[in-house]
Order: sequence, then structure tokens, then C-alpha cells
Amino acid sequence: MRAAWIASFASALSLVLAACASTPTEEQSPAGVEERKPGAQPGAQTQPVKPPTVARIDLTGKPSPTSGLKDPNNILSRRSIFYELDKFDIKDQFKDLVEAHARFLRDNPGMRMLIQGNTDERGSREYNVGLGQRRSEGVKRMLLLLGAKEAQIESVSLGEEKPRDEGHNEEAWAKNRRSDIMYQGEY
Amino acid sequence: MRRLATALALPLFLPLCLLLTASSASAQLSIEITGAGAQRIPIAIVPFAGEGALVQAISAVVRADLERSGLFRTLEVPPLNPAPTEAAAVNYAEWRSRLADALVLGSVAARPDGRFEVRFKLFDTVKGADLSGVAYTLSREQVRATAHRIADYVYEKLTGEKSVFSTRIAYVVKLGSRYELQIADADGANADYALRSNEPIISPAWSPDGSRIAYVSFEQKKPVVYVHWLDGSRPRQIAANFKGSNSAPAWAPDGSRLAVSLSRDGGSQIYLVNPDGSGVRRLTQSGGIDTEPVFSPDGQTLYFTSDRGGSPQIYRMPANGGEAQRVTFDGSYNVSPRISPDGRSLAYIARSGGRFQVAVLDLATRQVQVITDSDKDESPSFAPNGRMILLATINLGRGVLSAVSTDGRVKQRLTISAGDVREPAWGPFTR
Repeated sequence: MRAAWIASFASALSLVLAACASTPTEEQSPAGVEERKPGAQPGAQTQPVKPPTVARIDLTGKPSPTSGLKDPNNILSRRSIFYELDKFDIKDQFKDLVEAHARFLRDNPGMRMLIQGNTDERGSREYNVGLGQRRSEGVKRMLLLLGAKEAQIESVSLGEEKPRDEGHNEEAWAKNRRSDIMYQGEY
Repeated sequence: MRRLATALALPLFLPLCLLLTASSASAQLSIEITGAGAQRIPIAIVPFAGEGALVQAISAVVRADLERSGLFRTLEVPPLNPAPTEAAAVNYAEWRSRLADALVLGSVAARPDGRFEVRFKLFDTVKGADLSGVAYTLSREQVRATAHRIADYVYEKLTGEKSVFSTRIAYVVKLGSRYELQIADADGANADYALRSNEPIISPAWSPDGSRIAYVSFEQKKPVVYVHWLDGSRPRQIAANFKGSNSAPAWAPDGSRLAVSLSRDGGSQIYLVNPDGSGVRRLTQSGGIDTEPVFSPDGQTLYFTSDRGGSPQIYRMPANGGEAQRVTFDGSYNVSPRISPDGRSLAYIARSGGRFQVAVLDLATRQVQVITDSDKDESPSFAPNGRMILLATINLGRGVLSAVSTDGRVKQRLTISAGDVREPAWGPFTR
């Protein structure tokens, strides 16, 4: 809360500073002191009209840290880790994915991540919240071991409540036993 | 001018009313009786004299309540002219010859203030005894509530047990991608939603006095425990929204605290927290998943699910923390413990051969009885008198509720015409 306040104060301050910097100090003479009618004085000097200067900030060209996250060629676009029944260990095929996300968090310390653990539909809804938590927690632990910071990651569970496949067979259940990674702004 | 505006608005308003009524009607629980007790008391409930003046026949609601309990067989009574009232002299021999062991007579009278007065009397025709009755004053809207009170009186006099016809139930309806936490009378009537959301809602738990419901809502993309005042007298409170998952609320019997499962320190563990979210205190310290806490009726013991021993089983521990003891041993998956109101038995979900069913364990004798024949049972909930267990199951691919007597004989199915019903919680006595 306090950190957020400081951050918003800091950004407000930087806007004020930017506005100050844009003020052209050499053209302080107030307009309209000397009234001239156009063409009233023959031989009057003509001046090129100076466009008012505005300090510009253009964010569109600058690649945002998250802009590559949805690119299918980027490994960071892979966001799901799937599990065997009643298991929560990360299978070898998903380790490169977790490593890439860990690197990304390490390189972008301001980035925040939510990991949602999920289960298939069988059994108690509340126990499944626990199982999903164990899965998301496992991903978080691996990310921390690889250099991400505790404050960057929240691991939670959706239990069996948000199946990706609504079917009631092993094929559907395999898709539903998963952890999903989301970055700030995506949840 | 004002009258004109009303007159103009009325035709516009009416179709809206009909629409609202229609949509709430489709969300109405309907109850089907699929099994009854072995010994049912034959009872005649004579249509009450003058009940045609009410929006609904009060005797019909009483009859439906008693029939639904599975403990009564209501007899067809042909219209009697003139309809006998509770003040009539009862010819016990005649009612015995109609095979009625009990008889209810009553009458309805309009009062000058626009309200009604209902009087009834219960008779034991076998003993030839007048078991007395009650007179109620009611408004037009209180017909069903009054009928439930009458059914409660009859049930309690004839069975000697407390009756639950005037209680309420909570459950979650999933309609497409929408979730509603609904509150209804025990017979499914008067359903209304407390929370409507595009994200899941699970684990509703009634406060012991029935004023509040704690539940888990995923509206913040993670499980958070809320406490919801049903009369709207106070805003919704957040009971637990710590980092990680917050789930499985259960009320202490005095309503002062909630037991919850939190993952804020890594892994799902059991904590106590005040209903306003203050005073959080950790109770379990295991490497496993500890969840689904529930207090014993005396508040001294917490039962909960834990997989600390390798598979999910039910454990118990002192409610202020301490060493846990394992309670269930048969099978590799025993979850969702609920203690009967008398504290003597434990209902839970047991997996056996891929089937999930409600089992009842007698805590003194250690006898276990599986009381359902369905195979995807979840979330059992005792009626406050301990006679029935409400549970969620799947029937023909749809989520339905089922109510089963603790001896497994009486069975009802509660369905909703469109959508899945799940996560039932039977509310407390309110008298």
C-alpha cells in the first residue's frame, strides 16, 4: 500500500518535472504586451511562426517488457504446466519453460506473476483447492530457486473450479491438472 | 398527474414482472421423493375451513412437508361439507376406520386489519386424544411460513424430535458461466441469491445463529473467504484474503471465530480467524494439505482432512491446537468431515472403487455405514436435527442435491430445471 503510494507520488512528480522542463525559458515575454495589427505597420518585420514546444513522451515505440510474452515464437508465451494424476512435480518437458520465466522475472524485478494451480474434477472441492495450491507452490519454489524474488510471485489455487476442458474423461482431466502462469495486467 | 404516470408505467412494468417471475421460477428447486421410511405414520390433514381465502392452501403445504420427511403417509381426504374445524367434536372411531393414526383439523378466518388468523388442532385417533394446537396471525405473504410452523408442531408432537420445516438451505447454482449462491426454504421455495458472480463460489457455511454465511468466492481470481450478512444490515466482510489461497470456512459453535485453510505460509494449513479477518492464528504444522476443518458441536474439537499420512484422511485435534489423531482408516480417500448435531457421528465422503459416497461413522462403536447409492457425492451437510444429510451428487450428468436420512432409507432429490446445483449447506434452527 505504502509502496504503491510512493510509486504513484513519484510518477506524479516526474510528470511535473517533465512539464517544467518543457517550458521554454528564453521566451518568457508575455504575449499581448505589444499589440500589433497585422499590416498596420508597413515594413514590419516578419517572423517565422514558431510552433509551441511540447515535451513529448512516446511509449508506443519502446518495447514493453510484456510485449513479447504472447509471441508464439517466444518460450514465455508457454504458460501451462501439466501434471500426472495426484502429482505435483514438474515434468522434464516443462522445465525449460519454468527456467525461461525465472530468467524473465530475474531480468525484470518490477514484474509480478500469479500462478494458479488447478485439478481435475474428481474428489472434494476443498481438498482439490489444496492439491492445486501444492502444484502452484511447486512452480513458485522452482522459480525462486532460479533467482526470482518472493515478492514477485503469488501462488494460488482454483482447485477443480476452472476446468479448461469440461469433459468427464481422462483426456479432459489431463488438460485440467495444470498450473497457469499469468503476468501483472493479465489477471 | 401522478396517478396518470402510474397508469402509464403499469403496462410497461407488468411484462417485466412476469419475466422476473419466470426466470426465478426456472431457478426454483424441485424436490422429488425417491425413498421413504419403513414405518410411516398415516395422517389425515383435512383441508382447513376457509383456506380458499389465502394465496395458497395452507393444508397442502403442511401435507407436502410431512410427506417429504419420509416419516408420514398423508391420506387422501375427500372434501367434507361442511369442512370440519379444529373446534369440531372428533369421531375418533371414524378416522381410525379410515386408517388414520393422526388427524389435523384447522380453519382460516380473515381479520378486519386485512390479516388472517389460522387455528389448528392435532388429534391422536388411536389414543382418542386431543394433542392441542396453536393459533397464528399472519399476513398474506406468511402462508408458507405458517404452514411450516404447523408441520413443525405436528412432526415434533408425533415423533418427539425437533423439526426442520422452518429452516433454510444454501447452495450454489451454476447457470452457464454464472454462479449464484442461493438461499431457499428447506422445501426449495422462496429461493433468492445472496451472491451472483462470473467466478466460482464454494463452501457456504451458516453462522450458528443463521444471520451470516461464510463462503469462498473466486471473484479476485483466487479463493478468498467472505462473511455475508443475509439481512444486509452490514456490508460483506473479508474474513481471509492473505497471500495465496484462503478457503474452507467453518464457524465455531459460538459464532466468534472461523476455522479456515490458508496457504499464506506455504502449503494449505488450518488457522483460526475472527469473522472480520482479524486475529489470525495458525493451528496445524504439517507438511501435508490440511483443510476442511469443522468444529464439534461443543466447540472443543476440530475435525479436518489431511494427507500428512500419504493419503487424504480425517483427523481430529483440540480446537485450540495440539496433537492430531487419525479418525478414518479404511480406504485411501476419506474427506469432507461433518459432525452430527449431537456430536455422536461423523459423515464424510469415502472413495471406494472409484465411487465417492457418503459414509457415516458412529464415533462410539466405530461402525461405518455407506448411506448413498450414487457415486459422485460431495459436500455432505447435516440437517440441524441430525435426521437427514443434504449432499451434492451427479444425476444424468447434472449437478443435483440429494437429501438422505442418516439410516439411508428416506431419499429426496432436489433439482433445478436449468443448471447445476451443488455445495449445499443446511441452515440452523431459527426459533
